[in-house]
Amino acid sequence: MSAWMAKLRDRAAKSPLRSAPASNGADAAGRRAPSPFWIMVQKEFGDHIRSWRFIILLGIVTLACVGSIYASVTALKNGGGAGGNGQTNAENSFLFLKMFTESDGSLPNFLTFLSFLAPLIGIAIGFDAVNSERNKGTLSRVISQPVHRDDFLNAKFVAGLLLIAVVVFSLGFLVMGMGLFTIGYPPSPEEFWRVVVTLLVTTVYVGLWLNLSLLFSVRFRQAATSALSGIAVWIFFLVFYGMIINLVGNVTIPSDPTDALAVMHQQDWLMLLQRLSPAYLFQEAASTLLLPDVRTLNPFITQDQAYLALNAPLPFGQSLLLVWPQVVAIVAETALSFAASYVAFMRQEIRSRS
Amino acid sequence: MEPAVIELSKLTKQYGEFTAVNALDLKIRPGEIYGLLGPNGAGKTTTILMMLGLTEPTSGTVRVCGIDATRSPLLVKRRVGYMPDDIGFYEDRSALDNLIYTARLNRIPLPEARDRAELLLQQVGLAHAAGKRVGAFSRGMRQRLGLADVLIKRPEIIILDEPTLGIDPEGVRELLLLIRELSRSEGLTVLLSSHHLHQVQQICDRVGLFVGGKLIASGDIESLSRQLDGDTRFEVEVDVRDPDGSVAGRIGSMDGVISIETSPSDALSPGANSVSTYRVTSDVELTSALALAVVEHGAPLLGLRPVRAGLDDIYHRYFEGGAAHERVDG
Repeated sequence: MSAWMAKLRDRAAKSPLRSAPASNGADAAGRRAPSPFWIMVQKEFGDHIRSWRFIILLGIVTLACVGSIYASVTALKNGGGAGGNGQTNAENSFLFLKMFTESDGSLPNFLTFLSFLAPLIGIAIGFDAVNSERNKGTLSRVISQPVHRDDFLNAKFVAGLLLIAVVVFSLGFLVMGMGLFTIGYPPSPEEFWRVVVTLLVTTVYVGLWLNLSLLFSVRFRQAATSALSGIAVWIFFLVFYGMIINLVGNVTIPSDPTDALAVMHQQDWLMLLQRLSPAYLFQEAASTLLLPDVRTLNPFITQDQAYLALNAPLPFGQSLLLVWPQVVAIVAETALSFAASYVAFMRQEIRSRS
Repeated sequence: MEPAVIELSKLTKQYGEFTAVNALDLKIRPGEIYGLLGPNGAGKTTTILMMLGLTEPTSGTVRVCGIDATRSPLLVKRRVGYMPDDIGFYEDRSALDNLIYTARLNRIPLPEARDRAELLLQQVGLAHAAGKRVGAFSRGMRQRLGLADVLIKRPEIIILDEPTLGIDPEGVRELLLLIRELSRSEGLTVLLSSHHLHQVQQICDRVGLFVGGKLIASGDIESLSRQLDGDTRFEVEVDVRDPDGSVAGRIGSMDGVISIETSPSDALSPGANSVSTYRVTSDVELTSALALAVVEHGAPLLGLRPVRAGLDDIYHRYFEGGAAHERVDG
């Protein structure tokens, strides 16, 4: 991501329109003032960090992390983990990763917490990004400065994403550090990279929710409406989407259960529908990365498949390959919702407080 | 004549069926203070937004400092400071922070931004509140901070949308004086929109009357009143104690008097019922002759003042005229 940002910065510097010296002689000193885009990002970032909302959010997420660590460490101490799959070999070699996925049952594990809370972070950061500025009358003031209109939205997004990256990575590393401290078992490089990539995917996933809430904040004038819509979508995907898919599955079940082709066809369809949900995609991606034993993301349909499947952990590269489509899908959904909010924002007329 | 800094030609903006601005032509010369006058919903704000390139016109062109505002809004926004009618600041930041932020959005390096912001806060009389949160500011203070915010980029043109809205009379006077002073000392072109007529009258070089998306008259106040009346007329108000109406008859019989009306008496002044105020319209200057006539008649003369057509009158009469016109059309 840093490379991407460097490129952005570079482009901003090269753009002839932006680097043209200001008419009022601001650049007379020969020193280039930073572009308005980065000033906006800086301000947004500062605003987020100082806000109560962020502190509260950080509190919740930190508590969740500490709780999940406690649960997983207890589980590991009690011997092998409650949800062990009998592979003694794998159990020993990926002990460190188990910290993220095991639990003694008193509390959900880190991964579950993360997939539950991540959307909340995104929604909380983005839901009033545009409409609060509009209602306070600051939007028209900022837009009447020599800044590109899209820079405003981009700055909101980049600042939010940076903040999310900082939060997610610091929490991830915090859990790693605390785990190291309590179990005293160092991670192998592979385990380390698996965790890092998971955190990266999490950042992208939270970015998706950030974008969705940005879209709502462009669309709805009231911050409350926008927050509520964000939460509604979150709950829909978290709770109801799976139920609806099950319902659809029950209704469309082939009449002849021996017709393997029809059964497989129907299963494929259901998986496709299931994978429209970003929550499901993230769940698949993160669990594959943190559980090397996962060899395939498609359910076994026939007995043969289950019987013949190898039962050994995948190397890191193969796990990555397995989740690549999921990651791409999440990025695509992010891009889609950003494009929607971009179009909506560029078309809106900006008057003061209306 | 100098080239115009703001030049609108055939500017039209439609929202669906509704025409907010209708084939507007307007030229504003450098260094002048131009008042855009009109009732609410006349299309003033829409016109201003199009000047800044914040809204695209349906047809017509806007040129500001020779730049097409629709095509390259960024260049225009670099030279034009705009104060929206209900200006908002980041409430939990200090006045100084807000100004510095604006300055930095204009690519002014931080140290210089700080210097300029401090200087401007002094100029608008807010130096004592520089470190205070804007959330705690009063309406008048916000408006003055808004002016500083507009000026920090050192614009060539400033556009103020309803700058006097919601401030007390003393605050309005101070703000307008400040605007005039700044305009004169820095050679700024000022465009201000308002529906408060006398306020605009105090400081504007020229005004434009804007009704229903059309500029129905433009010019300085005298030429506007001439445009309105077609010929020169003089009006004098006479306060006289005249219980039986004989003074009125005497004045009415004078040469050159076109009409004489009884103005509504000032209800606030004590004993007003015994004093009559007559508004005398004539086609020649009659002030001294009137005084003489009243005194000769033996009535106590209590007041005598020539009436200049104020914007209020002009505005009012334009509306009357407009309404009458429509009636004829219909």
